[in-house]
This record gives sequence, structure tokens and C-alpha cells, in this order.
Amino acid sequence: MRYLPLTDADRSEMLNVIGVSSIDDLFVDVPAEARLTAKIADLPDHASELSVERHMGKLARQNMVAGDVPFFLGAGAYRHHVPASVDHLIQRGEFLTAYTPYQPEIAQGTLQVLFEFQTQVARLFGCDVANASMYDGSTACWEAIGMARRITKRGKALLSSGLHPHYVSVAKTMAKFTGDQLVYDTPTAEAAADIETLIAGIDRDTSCVVVQYPDILGRIADLSALADKVHEVGALLVAVVTEPVALGAITPPGDMGADIVVGEGQSIGVGLQFGGPYLGLFACKQKYVRQMPGRLCGETVDAEGKRGFVLTLSTREQHIRREKATSNICTNSGLCALAFSIHMTLLGEKGLTDLAALNHGRAVQAAEALEQVPGVTVVNDSFFNEFTVTLNKDAREVARTLADCGILGGVSLGRLFPEAADLANGLIVGVTETTTEEDIDALCAALKEILA
Amino acid sequence: MTMLKEGRPTRPVAVAHEGRPTTTGNKALMLEEALIFEIGSHDTTGVDIAPAPEVKSRLGGLERRKALALPGLSEPETVRHYTRLSRQNYGIDLGFFPLGSCTMKHNPRLNEKVARMPGFADIHPLAPVATVQGALGVIHELAEWLKTLTGMAAVAMSPKAGAHGELCGLLAIRAALEARGDARSVVLVPESAHGTNPATAAFCGYAVEDIPATPEGRVDLAALEARLGPDVAAVMITNPNTCGLFERDLKKIADAVHGIGGFVYCDGANFNAIVGRVRPGDLGVDAMHINLHKTFSTPHGGGGPGSGPVVFSAALAPFAPLPFVEKTDDGYVLVEEETAGEHHAGSFGRMVAFHGQMGMFTRALTYIMSHGSDGLRQVSGDAVLNANYILRSLEGALDAPFAGSGPCMHEALFSDKGMAEGFTTLDIAKGLIDEGFHPMTVYFPLVVHGAMLVEPTETESKAALDQFITAFRSVAERAKVGDEALKGAPYFAPRRRLDETLAARKPVLVWTEPAAAVAEAAE
Repeated sequence: MRYLPLTDADRSEMLNVIGVSSIDDLFVDVPAEARLTAKIADLPDHASELSVERHMGKLARQNMVAGDVPFFLGAGAYRHHVPASVDHLIQRGEFLTAYTPYQPEIAQGTLQVLFEFQTQVARLFGCDVANASMYDGSTACWEAIGMARRITKRGKALLSSGLHPHYVSVAKTMAKFTGDQLVYDTPTAEAAADIETLIAGIDRDTSCVVVQYPDILGRIADLSALADKVHEVGALLVAVVTEPVALGAITPPGDMGADIVVGEGQSIGVGLQFGGPYLGLFACKQKYVRQMPGRLCGETVDAEGKRGFVLTLSTREQHIRREKATSNICTNSGLCALAFSIHMTLLGEKGLTDLAALNHGRAVQAAEALEQVPGVTVVNDSFFNEFTVTLNKDAREVARTLADCGILGGVSLGRLFPEAADLANGLIVGVTETTTEEDIDALCAALKEILA
Repeated sequence: MTMLKEGRPTRPVAVAHEGRPTTTGNKALMLEEALIFEIGSHDTTGVDIAPAPEVKSRLGGLERRKALALPGLSEPETVRHYTRLSRQNYGIDLGFFPLGSCTMKHNPRLNEKVARMPGFADIHPLAPVATVQGALGVIHELAEWLKTLTGMAAVAMSPKAGAHGELCGLLAIRAALEARGDARSVVLVPESAHGTNPATAAFCGYAVEDIPATPEGRVDLAALEARLGPDVAAVMITNPNTCGLFERDLKKIADAVHGIGGFVYCDGANFNAIVGRVRPGDLGVDAMHINLHKTFSTPHGGGGPGSGPVVFSAALAPFAPLPFVEKTDDGYVLVEEETAGEHHAGSFGRMVAFHGQMGMFTRALTYIMSHGSDGLRQVSGDAVLNANYILRSLEGALDAPFAGSGPCMHEALFSDKGMAEGFTTLDIAKGLIDEGFHPMTVYFPLVVHGAMLVEPTETESKAALDQFITAFRSVAERAKVGDEALKGAPYFAPRRRLDETLAARKPVLVWTEPAAAVAEAAE
């Protein structure tokens, strides 16, 4: 067995030191009726690297690879080009095979990265501080709702109809058990986001308003008036960003008054990977830092006065506070945070701005081309790199038919909102720098035929 | 001095070097590295991006007007920055990393190669199900392995890490209780539990009560039975427990808990000790998370990502979260909101946006297939053998509070008893850093004073263990005799001991431009 260094001679020498005659004797505390005396019979035995690779390769080839086809999927996960150096660097064993930095003297690499990451996220979101990551955008969103409850001591959260429905589902699941009241309606396929409705719904019981920016249909709304109204009643504005590349082009939520900004960091540095592992981003105003969930890295000095970094404010966390912790999170998304931070360092402000401009330009081209296809109507007034179209038939079927033609043409609203019959013809079309003009032509040509 | 004719010396000369400073602050291979904010600039980029097409902006008038102040570096500078930082880290690839309860075993590189196959790495979670049959196949195959290895009826694959798995388990328990109209209020947790256990129970709205331990380090069955009643929703037990011992009475505990209508949650963080030898389903467990990043070798990555699938007994299976994969005659089906029919009406809902940690599933399945049924049994056997070897080799040198309780499982627990006045577990940990090891887990579990929890895992050779044992003994000896120099350790790490109190008192969590530089720029 290639991963096990002990030889049989080692094993018997060690058993001698311990004073037992076999490894099985070390399991005497397991009640006999539960102790398996031989390997589990109905499972295969060990396999060579070659044969495992062959098996896994076969499974991999049964999937349609995004990079092989015209690809227009988004809705919370985005396909961007990740520079080769990112994947090379995160595979350095000192990063890949390290643990959470509990011994800071020999984990300064991870810690400095986290400090840089926190600063990058805070600046990107227009916030004062950010934490060292959460599992993903959807869990970060729920944690923000919980944090707002702790801060305001109120339990009613208004969720925008433009919030990703899976994020809504996660919040609903948790709220069933925490007793939070969530106010939410499915969206309508309109040009503008639901800011007015949200403002009208705010009252003195409101803990927070949660709004996605750009929203699930791709629409971009100014959050300033909403923020003012939220603050008037002592509630918090939580903004959710599922596509951080957008912030290369549009005003960060923190600059429009959001108190907590959370997001999905996957689109910078982390690949699609069928939905995970992804990267939860979490930032807020300085005054709320002690109510934040998750790990925080802070600057300090060592015994010789040299700058160094440690995990800090851990009295918020489960390993110290146990049942009184701000969250139960322990392991987070360290390596994805590293990938995000490296990609962001490679981009810098200039690269991010250019990348965002390219995404938007390509998306506008796609929208203009699709507007020419009979049976297609673009819903949005505004968008960044994804927008919603309505078709003259059920978009779920159209998406499947497109896939049969080798085109991943968009995410149907029917899949995301199965209960909303009026959205069944809606399709979210995502366009990034990886989309070519030929891809757009291919999508338009196929839709022309399918919708005719 | 002997020299070649061009003046190059041929032999080194011995010169004392103690404390000699360098101009740069670097020490040969130990290189200091500034922050990206100090070395990068806002108009530098390491990515060449094609020009954007000329279009009329449709950003709704929200064009960003302010700078983000995000520094960029060219690719060579970026590679150097992160390579230098990486060298200030300790990882399993570098040496022995016996962090108790964390299972720092070798991360096979085949796993990394497989996870990067485009068919797994470059597929979208919302792609039409017909186009991702292989991905669903991975989830299904891994699920089957996990169910068989644990002897459980069902598995929820979506939880993102161990603590998230605990949440999944408790939510299923709560849903099952509510379904029979029997809301309960209390979850019992042993004192020795991971901090995530009580935090999770509180997160789900339960009151948490401690269960005491016996002097030999196990759950006090009599005390537990005395506390059981109709208000107890669940008992959370770690097995093997955090003292490194197998909970011999788990089946009796489970029977008692079931007797009062409650459920048993098992924290499976230590499943690596028993995989292939014990099926938790045989012990009456109702729910257990499995840390794929522990037992099944997916890399810890400096703090994640993890993955925490949860196996369920038949009683809890109907309440498992969405989404999940089902195998049908027409291939794999992804059961989510759109497709969940009435026969999944009991599901407590969704826990994450998509389907869980696919990148960890591919790695874990690769690991599991590489080992197979026979290899996994050897894995737990060697892990327990290595831990017992350490326990017996060190019990004379260090206090081992539960050494008399029988063999340990995959980790050996020591205390700070017998250290000289003023010497602590922390001193031993820092002394071990200078000896070239990552320290063990310290001050956990809380039931032992100055706890030191050593988990060697099965991927260490005997030579590596022997070297560690010798070093641990010598450092412990220094703490016993009161060697003052130990209090200054580490001396040879990239940093000396760091001031954690300062960090917490005046938190500096993001980099800000030094005041002087800001003033200068303003002039």
C-alpha cells in the first residue's frame, strides 16, 4: 500500500514495545459484537494509481466541460479565466498541507495571506474589516442575518426578491430552527429591482434588509436610498455580492451605506468545480467587528518587536466560547481564500477594472445579439455580466435542448423557482471574458431554430 | 588559507556567527517578505486582458467612481511573494505534524490530479443534469462507500465542513422530533467535546448541558442515564473521544437515549481511528458527520476547505437535506427543489447554495478507492499502532493521565503535571518547533490540565516517530528541570513568540497606509 510507510518488521517491533501481540489487540475497548474481525467484504480492495486514475477519468469524461462548449451559465457561479500561477502557488505543500494557523510562529505564510486577503475583501466591498472566509456565499448570507439579529436584538429580516433563491432556501432552513421571521417573495421578470417594495416593508421590528447586488436576474440598483431608510429605523443593510468581478465596474455596496457585505468569492481564483469548494466573503463596519462570525487574522509583534500576524478576537469563537460563540464555524475556506488573494494580486485594481469592462462589454454584445432573435426579450434595464431574457417557450426545455446541441445556454428560472409558473420562460444568460463572439453567434443561431 | 590561483578559497574557515545581523533582515533561505500593499501598485497588473468591445454601458448609472486601492504585482513578483510566504509555513509535506484531533495525514497527489480533471473542475453546478452524469456518479459512488463503511442507511453530502455537518445532523434530529410533535429543549454534550458541539446545539436553539467524564476519561454512563428525560432531544458523543479513548458504552448510551425517545449524534472527527473496523451504525448512532479532510485525506489548505457529509440511521433518513443524488434506470437524478416530490416532503431543506464540496468528493473517492476495503482497515490499524507506540514510549517521561485506561486509539494524551514551577505546555510546544516539528494540539481537551494531544496518523514512518519521541523527551526534560531558555523558544522559527494580547486589545485586521505616507501624499 503506497501510502503506508510501516513495514511488517516495524509493526512487530512496535507491538513489542506496546506489549501486545497484534494490532487487533489495540481495539479491545470496542465491544466484541461491534468489532469487525476482517475487512468489510462487499467493497473492493486497494487499487493502483493507474487504475484509480482510469476509473475517475472515465467519470470525468461523462461530463460536458464548460470550456469545451459555448457556455452561458451564471446565477451564483461564474466561469472566469484563472491565471496558471494561481493553481501552481496554491499547490505548494507549505500552503496545501498546512492546518489552521494555531502555531503562528510557523504559520506566518498563511497568516500574512489572510491579513492581505481581509484587506483586499474589505476594500473591494467598501467596508472597514473582513474576516478570513466562510464556507460559501449562501452560508455567509445566513450568518449575516444572524449577526444582524444579535446587533439589533430584532428577528425580522426582509429578503429582496432578487436574492439568489438558494440563499433564500438556506436562510429559510435555518430560520425554521432559530425562530427568525423572513419576509420574501419570488421575483417578477421586470426591468427594475424591488428597492421600492423593500423600502415600503421596513418597520421598527426589522433587523435587516438583505439585497443582492447585482441581483439574481442581473439587475443593478442604487442602494443608497434603501440604506437611509434602513438606518432610520435602526436596522442594518446586508448586501450580497455573488459576482465580485462586478465591483471592478460598479460602486461597492459599502460606499452606498451597506453595514454588512457578504459574497461568493468563487469567481476570483476558484474554478466552477460543480459548486464547491467555494469561498464565503464577509465584511462589515468596524463597529460590528466583535459580533462577526468566523476567524480573524490580526497584526501584532513578536518577542523581538518584529511585525507578525496571529488569529485574534477568538473569544467570539466556538473553541473558546462554546455554546455562546457567534457561530459554530471552525474549518473555513482557507485555500480558496489564498487562490482569491493571489488572483486579486495578479489583477490589481487595473486588471480588475479592465476585466470588469471586458465582461460588461461582452455581455452587452450578447444582449444586443439576443434582442435580435425572434422570441427572445431582454428583461433588464441594467446588468453587469448576466441578464435575464424571456423566451416564447418554457426555458427549462430550451436549456435542455440547447445542451443536446452542445451549448450550455443559461440557467432557467424554472429550475431556480419551480413554484413560480410566471417565470417558467425566463433564462439567465451569463457572459464573461471567456465567452467569444463565436459563442454568442452559436447561441443566437441555435435559439433562432429552437424558438421558431 | 588554501586558495586556488584565481583567489577562490577551497576550504571554509570557522568563524563564530552568533546573532550576526544582515543588511536586509534576511537570513539566507529565510527571507522576509513585505505586504502586497507595500510592494504593489495600483496601476500594475500581472494579467494581460483583451481590450473591451466598444459598447454603450448598461450599468444603470452606477459606474464606480472611486479607486479601490487594490495593489497589483506582475507575475514574477506574485510568484515570488507567495513562494516566500509559503516558506514561513509548516506543512505535512515538510515534516511530522501530530496535531491531535486534526488528522494531519499525507495528502496523496493523485487526489489533486483527479480533482483538476476538466470534467470535474470545469463544470457548472446548475448545468443540465444530463450533462453532468459523471459528477453525479462521483457523488453517488462516494455516498455508497460512506454508507457501507459506517453501516448507516443514508448520507447527506452537502455539508461544507465538520461543524456544518453537526448542524445538518442536529437539524435532522430536530425535524424528526417536530414531525412527531415532540419539540424538546436540551442537548447533552460531554465536557471533553470539541467546541463546535455545544456551539452547534446552541445555534439550533437547544440548551446545552454538560455530561461529566469518569476518572478514566470516558462518558459517565450513570450520570448520563440519571439526566435523561423527555426534554432531551439528543446526546452528542465523539467516538473515539477527544481523550483518544473508545467509548466502550456507546451502545448502552444509545439504547438509553433511544429509550427516552432521543437521538444519538456522533461527532465523527475521529472516524479515521476505526474505519474498516467498527461501523457506527452497529453502535446505535443516528447521525454522524465524516470529515473528508481528516479521515479521507483531502488537504487542510491552511484552514479549509473541508467537507462534512453526514450519515443517517433509517429513523433520520427521511429528514435529510436537499439536494441529493438518486440512481435510476435512466441515470442519476439530482433531487432539489424542482424535482423533490412528495416522497421527500420530510427533508428539512437546503443547507448550501449548491451540492457540497465536489472538489473534496473527487479527492476522497480517489483516496478511498486507492486504499480499498483492505487498505482502509490497515489505515486505522496503523494509526492506532503509531499512537500507542508514542503513548508507551513517552509515558515515563510525561504524565499520561489515561494511560491506565487501556490502549489509546489514534491519539495519545499527556498533561503538564510534573513540569517545573512556571513551565507550561506552551513552552514544550514552542521547544518542539525549534526541534523541527509542528507541535501537538495544546490545551485541548479541556478535561486535562495543560493537555497535549498527539495524533501521529498512519502515514508516518517508525523513524519519524522515533525522532519525535527523542525530541519530545528532551524538551519535556528541559521543562521538568526548569531550563529558563525554553521559555524563549522558538528561536529558529520565522518569528519568536507573538503577542496575542496586543493583537486582541487593539485589533488591526486590515492594512492601512501609514500616517506619514498619507500626509506626504497629501502635500
